[in-house]
Amino acid sequence: MKLFRYLFIGIIFGITLAKAEIVSWYRIYEMFRFQSFHMYGVIGSAVVIGIIFVQIIKRTRMKSIDGEPITINPKQFSVPRYLLGGIIFGLGWAMTGACPGPMFILVGNGVSVIVVVILSALLDTYVYGLLRKKLPH
Amino acid sequence: MLEFISQPWPWYVAGPMIAIVMFSLLLMGGGFGISSNLRTMCAILGAGKTCEFFDFNWRSQIWNLVFALGLIIGGLIAHLYLVPSAEVQISEATMMELSQYGIESPGRSLVPESMFSWDSLLTLRGFFMLVVGGFLVGFGTRYAGGCTSGHAISGLSNLQLPSLIAVIGFFIGGLFVTYLVLPTLLTL
Repeated sequence: MKLFRYLFIGIIFGITLAKAEIVSWYRIYEMFRFQSFHMYGVIGSAVVIGIIFVQIIKRTRMKSIDGEPITINPKQFSVPRYLLGGIIFGLGWAMTGACPGPMFILVGNGVSVIVVVILSALLDTYVYGLLRKKLPH
Repeated sequence: MLEFISQPWPWYVAGPMIAIVMFSLLLMGGGFGISSNLRTMCAILGAGKTCEFFDFNWRSQIWNLVFALGLIIGGLIAHLYLVPSAEVQISEATMMELSQYGIESPGRSLVPESMFSWDSLLTLRGFFMLVVGGFLVGFGTRYAGGCTSGHAISGLSNLQLPSLIAVIGFFIGGLFVTYLVLPTLLTL
């Protein structure tokens, strides 16, 4: 039963990203060319409201619906890891026009070849796991 | 109602909805991070036997896979029931530019059809855009410890400096490809 609520939220998120055209390769291209405010508006407003939500959670010590305290783990500080990892992700994002969420949503949208992109991303997640100890973190 | 939500959604609807999705996941005791699913899938496929990075209790992550399944269903619902037009409302400038690169009627469908087809995988352009692109996404997200949802949305919402560094990285990579690689790659 618990899993159904995650399914429900996933469906809402999938519809949102599909209807706001965030899953579109064109929108990502347009964003990186600074030719439209759309994507900046989406991410910007999500972050501003997100900050308010996180502050409410922290200041009211809000509990989850199961009664557990909500903990948001801080990320460990490092520069090379986030910068290099971020750049590599950015290169791929601009090519495929899809970050991991939209990849799944595009499957539902009938863009079947995106399965290849997902498999490719899976394979290289594995390669990262193998190389992890040799990379600067 | 159905007609209303079938129109393309403006940014000021989508942005708050994304924040609500993150908030809901936190309330349910989860977190908002989609690329973790790629690690979980590797673990389920048995990667833990050969690499300790994937040797963890993936059962605790099933909720996130169910969330990803929801994404596929959400995409399907939007595709089947909420589409008065499949056109993407991109700017004139973007359309003109992409036409020059030989992309046929840019914005007519969700993704450039000639690029996102099985046939295109056999071309240099398609192989780079989809296979190499997917590779970079998979490697980059795990190295950076998150993608757009984990860093740009959740991390920035929690005022995390590492996430800001990651997002700056996303843009360095994205701008590099868009300005210096795509002009060549798109005309291959």
